[in-house]
Amino acid sequence: MLIFHVNGKERRVDVTPDTPLLWVLREKLGLAGSKFGCGEGLCGACTVHVDGQPLRSCVTPVGDVRGKKVMTIEGIPENHPVKKAWLAQEVSQCGYCQPGQIMSAVALLKKKPKPNDADIDRAMSGNLCRCGTYGRIRRAIHAAGAGASTKGGKKP
Amino acid sequence: MSEGTGISRRQFMKTSALAGGGLLLACHIPFGSRNATAAGETVFAPNAFLRIGTDESVTVIVNKSEMGQGVYTSLPMLLAEELCCDWQKVRFQPSPVAPEYNHAQFGPIMVTGGSTSVRSEWERLSLAGAAAREMLVAAAAGRWKVDPAACRAENGIVLGPGGKQLSFGKLAASAAKLPVPREPRLKSGARKLLGKPLHRLDSPAKINGSAIFGIDVAVPGMLVAVIARPPVFGGRAKSFDASGALAVPGVRQALAVDAGVAVVADGFWPAMKGREKLQIVWEEPEESKISTSAMRRDYARLAATPGLTARKDGDAPAVLATAKKRFEAEYEVPYLAHAPMEPLNCFVDLKADSCLIRTGSQFQTVDRNAAARVAGLKPEQVTLETTFLGGGFGRRACTGSDFVIEAVQVAKAIKLPVKVIRTREDDMRAGYYRPMWYDRVSACLDEKGMPLAWHHCIVGQSIIAGTPFESAMVKDGIDDTSVEGAANTPYEIPNLQVELHSPKNAVPVLWWRSVGHSHTAFVMECFLDELAHAAGIDPFQYRRRLLAKHPRTLKVLETVAEKAGWGKPLPKGHGRGIAVHESFGSFVAQVAEVSIDKKGALKIHRVVCAIDCGRIVNPDTIKAQMESGITFGLSAALFGAITLKNGRVEQGNFHDYQLMRMQGMPRVEAYIIDSSEHPGGVGEPGVPPIAPALANALFVATGARVRSLPITAEKILAALGKG
Repeated sequence: MLIFHVNGKERRVDVTPDTPLLWVLREKLGLAGSKFGCGEGLCGACTVHVDGQPLRSCVTPVGDVRGKKVMTIEGIPENHPVKKAWLAQEVSQCGYCQPGQIMSAVALLKKKPKPNDADIDRAMSGNLCRCGTYGRIRRAIHAAGAGASTKGGKKP
Repeated sequence: MSEGTGISRRQFMKTSALAGGGLLLACHIPFGSRNATAAGETVFAPNAFLRIGTDESVTVIVNKSEMGQGVYTSLPMLLAEELCCDWQKVRFQPSPVAPEYNHAQFGPIMVTGGSTSVRSEWERLSLAGAAAREMLVAAAAGRWKVDPAACRAENGIVLGPGGKQLSFGKLAASAAKLPVPREPRLKSGARKLLGKPLHRLDSPAKINGSAIFGIDVAVPGMLVAVIARPPVFGGRAKSFDASGALAVPGVRQALAVDAGVAVVADGFWPAMKGREKLQIVWEEPEESKISTSAMRRDYARLAATPGLTARKDGDAPAVLATAKKRFEAEYEVPYLAHAPMEPLNCFVDLKADSCLIRTGSQFQTVDRNAAARVAGLKPEQVTLETTFLGGGFGRRACTGSDFVIEAVQVAKAIKLPVKVIRTREDDMRAGYYRPMWYDRVSACLDEKGMPLAWHHCIVGQSIIAGTPFESAMVKDGIDDTSVEGAANTPYEIPNLQVELHSPKNAVPVLWWRSVGHSHTAFVMECFLDELAHAAGIDPFQYRRRLLAKHPRTLKVLETVAEKAGWGKPLPKGHGRGIAVHESFGSFVAQVAEVSIDKKGALKIHRVVCAIDCGRIVNPDTIKAQMESGITFGLSAALFGAITLKNGRVEQGNFHDYQLMRMQGMPRVEAYIIDSSEHPGGVGEPGVPPIAPALANALFVATGARVRSLPITAEKILAALGKG
């Protein structure tokens, strides 16, 4: 039995320790917000936080997070500035990569509350988006960093 | 009434009246309905596309798949505009597969594709909204005993004489008892929703992880399967030993399906571990052991021989034969994978007399019918529920229904609910690519430097030949999707000939975002640019002269040039390139600004885009689709190539099939032409111009003319004689 914390709750799972954290979250814990895109840590769709650090859960054996604190997209509060900025900038298209993008952005902003473009390039280039929302992601991160995204964006 | 939707008002009313007879009320509520309101009872269902609840909720049933292009917002906007409801109360719900949700233009199938969602549904959804509004107004008028003409609907409320007011929710039950108007009148006056940058209705679910994609589908007792696939197309498992696989804890079964050998397990990981332990002897047909390098040589040979004629104005070969100076070039583009971020997958629950499928499909009727064939059921016994699609780009409208068929075969064997998941490598290597193309073009100029003759020979597989759509879409051997954008070029060239060779081979091919335009625009716009430079005429002005009779094309071209500062000085080593292309009823022009670094790698600084897509639903969605198409096209222009060696696909994941990333992504600006023309598409038209704009900019920046995609540093250095 493996014990770790997910989004503030203690979870116990009975799986082999080599099972990637991603599949434990998705199939054992019912947290399907973290996505499978490549299985090799190449696309970032599976990004979660482990003890505050962004990590690719598709290549992280669940045995490695024993006793640690995991945060997934489901654990990010609805009123989080990054989520608000994502809505205000209307970032999402197909939406599949966005949970991973948001987890990377939240981690970046925690480390660097007002990142510049080079910081964003460094922190976000591991997250692929096939729909091409990069420009909006950049704007949303700047907006969240500036705290300017709380008005909910344009309305008719 | 707007033209071209292919459905008459009478037909529409017949359909909606039938659907309104309580038929749909009784029908199964599709998966994904949690996106719709559940609080209020639906009491008013006047047609197949609308439900109004006692809680004032307005649910629009959307018959198009949401794959990023925003149909779960733009289609509800069309209906809501005419309904005059409160937009804050509008929800969406994916439609089931039923005849009333068939494509309004493409015949009796439910399909999302060809950048047609808004333009094909505009009339139908507007009328659906208008009819419901008239019924609500009539219900209010009846209750107040006043003339309906003295009442009007606004923001979800019917307003009557003397300040009388009743909300849609309160009127819904009585409106439901009224006859559906046969000739609803579209409202006049200012538009409340259309043309406004409304927020997407699906965004909240997409940022909190609650949006359900096909891969997220789970039911109690569901198993997960992965399939070991043959190393070459057309291969199959001759024999296999599953003892190692079955020894993996959690693995339930291993079985042969047409696609290979499936390992069924309690979850994805044990299925993967089991698959690694399979011992399979593959049968590889000789004709499958092909290599793209050899194909390229064959294609080049074919391109020099006469093909089927797709367009013939004047006599290009004769004019060229006597020309003093001829310009000739070969262009080529490789196979491309769609590579949606969500790998293909499909959930199936097959019972003796029913089959439930949940997947992200763009091709519901085709997939459902294929599933029925495999399951041995009637189509109406198969329910297909459309989830969110983690990208489609054409891949999820598969003429062969491959990802659905393999899942039904697994389900049929194990008799338990199962979800088949493809790994990224499975997804990338199992085929259905944008075809590889080889184009040979020759041209000569008149005394003013303008094209006098243009002879273009196109070589590449037909995506339609051999599919059930061949009889409808291939005419006299010409698959229009192979030559679109070339055979119908708007450029005025007196002697124009376009020919086509459609060789066949084992590689499965399919439409890929922007289809034929993804290669023809590259050839047309680059070679034309070559001619402009050869004539010593500015490429923007050159195009203007050739487009005098095409005002919409001209307008986007002039707009993009102005916005990009065409002709204004640039930093040393930078260059601007321009391209314009019409596709899917829309007109798009783009300017790219590029330079190269010391290693010869292309650096893109800025992309400016102008689109005329006619009347507008949601301008922010249009801009997003331009940004999206440009990024998709940049991935292809800079990195994309699927190659085969001895029949084996050489790429497998995002390290060797790279996509654009945040780093390297240029600033993109999109401008929309104010237009009252018939609506055009927006999902695809942003893709075609970017590769030629880039290649043309590279030439200006460096003098390197690269005629093959992707534009790599090696090709640039080779073109500069430094390779």
